[in-house]
Amino acid sequence: MSNFFEKSDLSRSEAENIISDTLQKCDDGELYLENSKSESILLDDNKIKNSSYNSDLGFGFRAISDEVVAYSHSNEISKNSLKQSSENLKSTLKSVKGTYNHEIPKSNKKYYENINPIEQKSLNEKIKILNEVNNYLRSKDDNIKQVTANFLGEQKSVEIIRSGGETLTDVRPLIRFNVSVMLEKNGRKETGVYGVGGRQSYDSYLKDDNWKSVCDEALRIASVNLESKPAPAGEMKVVLGPGWPAILIHEAVGHGLEGDFNRKKTSAFHNLMGQKVASEGVTIVDDGTIDNRRGSLTIDDEGTPTEKTVLIENGILKNFMQDRLNARLMKTKSTGSGRRENYRHIVLPRMRNTMMLSGNQTQDEMIKAVDKGIFAVSFGGGQVDITSGKFVFNCTEAYEIVNGKIGSPIKGATLIGDGPSILKEVSMVGNDMMMDPGIGTCGKAGQGVPVGVAQPSILINKMTVGGTKL
Amino acid sequence: MVKDQEFLEKKASYCLGLAKKLGATESSVIVNNSVSETVNFRNKKLDESNRSDDLGISITTYIGKKKSSISSSNLLDDNLNILIEKCVETTKNTPEDEFNSLPDKDLLAKEVKDLDLYDDTHIENDQKIDYLKKLESAASNDKKIVNTESSFTQNKSNFILANSEGFCAGYKTSSFTASSVTVAKDEKSMERDYEYSSKCFLKDLDDAGELGKQAADQTIRKLSPKKIGSEKIAIIFDKRIAKGMLSTFASAISSSAISRGTSFLKDKVNQKIFSDKINVLDKPDIVKGLGSRNFDSEGVKTDTLKLVDQGILKHYLIDTYNGKKLNLKSNGRCGGTSNLYFENGNISFKDLLNSKSKSLYITETIGHGSNIVTGDYSVGATGFLVENGEFKYPINEITIAGNFKDMFKNITLANDLEFKYSTNSPTMMIEGMVVAGK
Repeated sequence: MSNFFEKSDLSRSEAENIISDTLQKCDDGELYLENSKSESILLDDNKIKNSSYNSDLGFGFRAISDEVVAYSHSNEISKNSLKQSSENLKSTLKSVKGTYNHEIPKSNKKYYENINPIEQKSLNEKIKILNEVNNYLRSKDDNIKQVTANFLGEQKSVEIIRSGGETLTDVRPLIRFNVSVMLEKNGRKETGVYGVGGRQSYDSYLKDDNWKSVCDEALRIASVNLESKPAPAGEMKVVLGPGWPAILIHEAVGHGLEGDFNRKKTSAFHNLMGQKVASEGVTIVDDGTIDNRRGSLTIDDEGTPTEKTVLIENGILKNFMQDRLNARLMKTKSTGSGRRENYRHIVLPRMRNTMMLSGNQTQDEMIKAVDKGIFAVSFGGGQVDITSGKFVFNCTEAYEIVNGKIGSPIKGATLIGDGPSILKEVSMVGNDMMMDPGIGTCGKAGQGVPVGVAQPSILINKMTVGGTKL
Repeated sequence: MVKDQEFLEKKASYCLGLAKKLGATESSVIVNNSVSETVNFRNKKLDESNRSDDLGISITTYIGKKKSSISSSNLLDDNLNILIEKCVETTKNTPEDEFNSLPDKDLLAKEVKDLDLYDDTHIENDQKIDYLKKLESAASNDKKIVNTESSFTQNKSNFILANSEGFCAGYKTSSFTASSVTVAKDEKSMERDYEYSSKCFLKDLDDAGELGKQAADQTIRKLSPKKIGSEKIAIIFDKRIAKGMLSTFASAISSSAISRGTSFLKDKVNQKIFSDKINVLDKPDIVKGLGSRNFDSEGVKTDTLKLVDQGILKHYLIDTYNGKKLNLKSNGRCGGTSNLYFENGNISFKDLLNSKSKSLYITETIGHGSNIVTGDYSVGATGFLVENGEFKYPINEITIAGNFKDMFKNITLANDLEFKYSTNSPTMMIEGMVVAGK
C-alpha cells in the first residue's frame, strides 16, 4: 500500500481537515489519491522494440452540490496544491446548502490479491518469452511476415478519503499479454490478434508454455483471414459465437443502461424500465465480483464495494448501473459502478464484466436454423450512439452460413444494429456461456477502463452486415 | 500558472546529468506541464468545473545500441533518482538494436520560430459561464431540443525537449475550445449531434450563439431517419468525416508501418495512389495553426512536405529509428503529422452535391473499421439522401464499405477547405463504395 503523505509537507490529518472543510454542506465528494506503476515490454520485427516503465502519482479532489460537480487534480501532493484545489472547488460551488452523505456500504470481500505483477517476473524472463514467441511462430509458418508480442503490467494503489476522515483503499494488479501475427501469401496480407489477461501474475496466464496457445490462436485467425472472401452487404441472420463477441451486449445495451445517460434522458433506454427490451430467456448482468477478472473491482473508484447487478432478467429491464451521484439524483443506490481511468478524470457510471447468461440451445441448432447468414466468431472493437441507439462492431473472424452449414471465411466487416430492438431479435440462446480472454478496454468520454464480457452462442434474426458484396 | 521554461530546463538537465553519471552513453528527456480549466453546462445550468494541472517527464537512455525509457508524473528529485537508476539498469538488460540512436545532429532544429501559438489571455470561469449561457440559449431555442451539454476549456502548456547532444528547446502553446452537444426528439426518434471550435487565441473562437445554433440545426435535421436498401452509390463526406481519410492515409505512410511491412501503401513512393488532381500537404509553420510546431518529438526540424503531388505519393512520414531501418533520413515526423490537409479541389460544394442525380451525404461514422494492412474500410454511418443537389431525408443504421486503394483513386474534392482542426479536408465525394442497409 502506498503512503501518499510520506514524502509530502502535507500530513494526513491536515489533508483530512482540508477535505472536511471543503466538503461542508456539499452533498458528496472525496479526495482520491492514486499511485500506479506500469510497464510495457514489446517485441516487434524480430527485436525488443521497447522496454518502458511508468510511475504515475496524483490526486483528484471532488465536491458535489446537487447536480454540480467541481473537480480539480494535480500531480503534486503538497499543502499548497491541495489548498489551491480546495479554493477552486469552493469558487465553483459558491453557495452550497446540502447535507454530506456519509453512508457508504462496507464489505470484506476481495476479488484479487495484493501483488505487483511487474516485480514477480524479471525483465530477462519476459524478454526470453517474447523471443521464444517470435521463434516459435516464425518456425511454424513460412508465410509469417511480422510478429508482435507484448507484456503490459500494472499495479495501481488507490486511497479514497471522505469528509470526516473515512478512508477506503484498494491495490489492483492487472496484466495483459498480446500476440499479433501478419501473414503474406500471393501478395495478400492478413493479420490475426489474440491475447490473455486479468488481475493476476503473468505466470497465472503463461505457465507451462501456455503462451504457445495464444500464439496458435493468433496464427489460426490470420490463416483463416488469408482465405477470406468479400463479406456480403445487407440484412441477414447472424450467429455469434460465445465469449468475446459479447461486445455486442456491451455496445448494444450496456452503455445505454449506464445511470448518467438515463438520468439525463439521453439514452434510448431511459423510459423503458420494467419493460420488455429483450426476448424471453435473455438475462444480462454486470458483475464486478468475479475473482481475478479484468473488469472486477473490490471497491469502485468512489469506495463502494462492487456487486453483481441484474440489468435485464428474462427479457425485462430491471436496473441501470449507478455511481453515487446519479444514484442520489435518481433516488436509488450506487451499484458500485463508479469508475475513472485515473485521478485525472471524474467518476462516471461504467461497466465491469457484462455477461449474457446461458440458455439451453446448442450452437449446432443455431447454424442449422440459418439458410443465409453469417457466423461471427471474433471481433475487433465496437461503438454506440447511445441517443439513437445505433451500434456497430467489427468482425475479425467470420464465416458465411449457407443452407444450415458453415461456409467460407469472409473478410472483416462492420455489423450495425439498433440497441433497444436487437435483443428482441435474439431467437436462440446457447448453453455454452464463456468469458472473454481478458483483453477489453472500454472508452467513454475520453476515459479508458478495463472491462470484461461474456455470453453464450446466440442467434439474431436480423442484422445489417456491412460487406462489399451486393 | 503553467511552469516556466527555467523550471522545466532545470529538471531536464538534472535528468541528462544523472543518466550520464549512471552510465548512459546518450539520453533524451521531455518535461511538460499542462494546465487546463474547463466549465461544463447542461440544460443552461452549470454542471461541472474541472481544473487539471499535469506534470510529466519521460526519459530515454541509451547504452551503445541498447535503449529503454521511463515516464512519470512525479518530478521530485528523490523519485527521479530511483527511476533513472531503474531506466539505466533496464537499458543494460535490453538487447541491442542496431537502429537505436538519437537523431543525426545536423537534422536537429537550429531555431525556434515564433508561430504565434501562445495567447497569454486568461479567461476566468465567470466569463466561460457567460459564453456558455449564450451558447446554450441559442442551442435550445427550438422545442425539439430536449438536452444540451456544452463545454469551454482553456489550456496552457509548456514543454522542454533536451538531449545529450546539446539540443534543448521548447515553447508555450495555448488552446481555447468550446463545444456543444445537443439532443433532439420527435415522436419517432431521438438524435444527437454537435458543433465545436478550437483556436490558439481566444479572440479567434467562434461566436457562442452561432456555435449553439449550428449544433441544434445539425441535430434537428437528423430526426426521423430512414434506413435505405443496399446499393453501390456515390458518397459525399462532410468535412468533419473527410479528414478521417487523411488520418488513415497518414497512419499508412508512417515509417513504422512501412518498415514493418504492415501498410497497404508500402513501396508506393513515386506511384499514383490518388486521382490526378489530388495534392496533400503537411505544413508545420502555419501561424496559429492547431498542428503547428518547430520540430518533432525527437527535436528534428520539420519542413513543409508535399506528401502527394498530383496523385503521386512523394514521401513517407519518417522518424529516426525507422528512417535508419529504411535507409532514409528523418523528415521530422516522429509523433506524426503537423497541419495535414488536402488542397482545394476546383468545384464548389453546391456543384459537388449536384454532380450526381442521387448520392449519400455522410455526417457521422461509427466503429473502428479502417484496416491499414489490407486497406479494407467498413463503418457504420449516419447522413442524408441527396437527390439532384437537395437534401431529401436523414438516413441511419447503414454501413459504408470499400477499400482505400480504390477509394483514394475515386476522390473528388470541393473547394471549401477550412483550418478547423489540425487535419483538414474539403468536402469529399467518393464513387464506387457499397452501402449496406435493408
